[in-house]
Amino acid sequence: MGNVTSVGNGFARLGFQTILTDDQERLSRCHALVLPGVGAFGSAMDELRRKGLLDFLKEQQQKGVYILGICLGLQLFFENSEEDSGCDGIGFFPGQVTRFPVGLKVPHMGWSSIMLEKPDPLFESIPSGSYFYFAHSYYAPWSEKKDIDPLARCNYNVDFAAAIKKDNVYGLQFHPEKSGEIGLKILENFGRMVLHGNHSGN
Amino acid sequence: MVAKRIVPCLDVKDGRVVKGVQFVNLQDAGDPVELAAFYDKAGADELVFLDITASFEGRETMVEVARRTAKEVFIPFIIGGGIGTIDQIRNILKAGADKVSLNTPAVENPALIKEGARIFGSQCIVVAIDARWNEEKQDWDVYTHGGRKVTGLSAVEWAARVEELGAGEILLTSMNADGGRDGFDIPLNRAVAEKVSIPVIASGGAGTMEHFAQVLTEGKADAALAASVFHYRHFEISELKKYLNQQSVEVRII
Repeated sequence: MGNVTSVGNGFARLGFQTILTDDQERLSRCHALVLPGVGAFGSAMDELRRKGLLDFLKEQQQKGVYILGICLGLQLFFENSEEDSGCDGIGFFPGQVTRFPVGLKVPHMGWSSIMLEKPDPLFESIPSGSYFYFAHSYYAPWSEKKDIDPLARCNYNVDFAAAIKKDNVYGLQFHPEKSGEIGLKILENFGRMVLHGNHSGN
Repeated sequence: MVAKRIVPCLDVKDGRVVKGVQFVNLQDAGDPVELAAFYDKAGADELVFLDITASFEGRETMVEVARRTAKEVFIPFIIGGGIGTIDQIRNILKAGADKVSLNTPAVENPALIKEGARIFGSQCIVVAIDARWNEEKQDWDVYTHGGRKVTGLSAVEWAARVEELGAGEILLTSMNADGGRDGFDIPLNRAVAEKVSIPVIASGGAGTMEHFAQVLTEGKADAALAASVFHYRHFEISELKKYLNQQSVEVRII
């Protein structure tokens, strides 16, 4: 909830205009879509389904529109999650989202450094080892699959995906809108990428 | 892993920062937003705004403070003080705050923690616990109403209970240590941190850089909060983090 506002504030600070809406007509006129994580996996999927946005997102992905998922947003892009005793996700990325093991402090809350594993315009001018702000109880295990690009890895007792990409879909487990200057740099990189290489035809 | 957090706390009354803050280079040291932006640049990992306003009208200004802060400051911040309903939590979070901290209302109505966590997620719900050592009981009592009222609760037990209810974090203030600058309450922080598996923010007693190192290692806290040492610039956050780093405490250095 709060991070929807903050993501908008972050882009606004960088000179990018955002709108907050569930209206497909308006959404389809945007150059990129951002899905900030709000609440629990199951209810988020239910909402997307109920509003017809699940099919819409898949269509937009097919069209090549840039889509950025943040925190729960990244998790929703996977096939399914253990959260809410098992739920299907959107399925842009293969694999399952799992809960941190017992014995760890959960949520994983605070600043952790990430290791960049693959160069990508999203991380332009961001040094590997930089700290970003995380707040999550579930994670996407780190894996190097052929059809996706895991961009950055983080470790919280287990290795998990901090940033992942497949074609025009990006997911970030951390909150760029709450990670200070370096976080804003990521939003800026995303904005630039969208403006320079947008496939939406608008 | 995860870095230990350094968290400056701003006391806000009617939308203005109280407790003399000594910042020569600020245009308006009473403006919570300007001060928050200063601490963000100085390397703070998170901020707490504690609303000490008594009146209802005054409290409404906190939503405005959250809204303005979220436009200027891009690190997490917590708003605490006087939040007692789901609607209030919603308004504060919607304005751009990352977390709310619940104190007296959490004790009076523990369902608020559960309901808040269910609707907004545990990561948004911080429970603030004010604790004082009870020599007779050989345990820490939980106090409410700004430390004026003792409850029958044991701080360690209450911490475990709020975790069960869905709190994502505990802001633990030692009333014995608070205001003394003689160091954080290590036994209290340690007892609570060992009891729960959610992060603990230690508060009360910060005086020197060693105190921070102590509570983040021996005290097992995940974050350390302080007000006056930062406001009066006894040391800079960058200096503190450098010191902690030398002590092998993982911190985010910017």
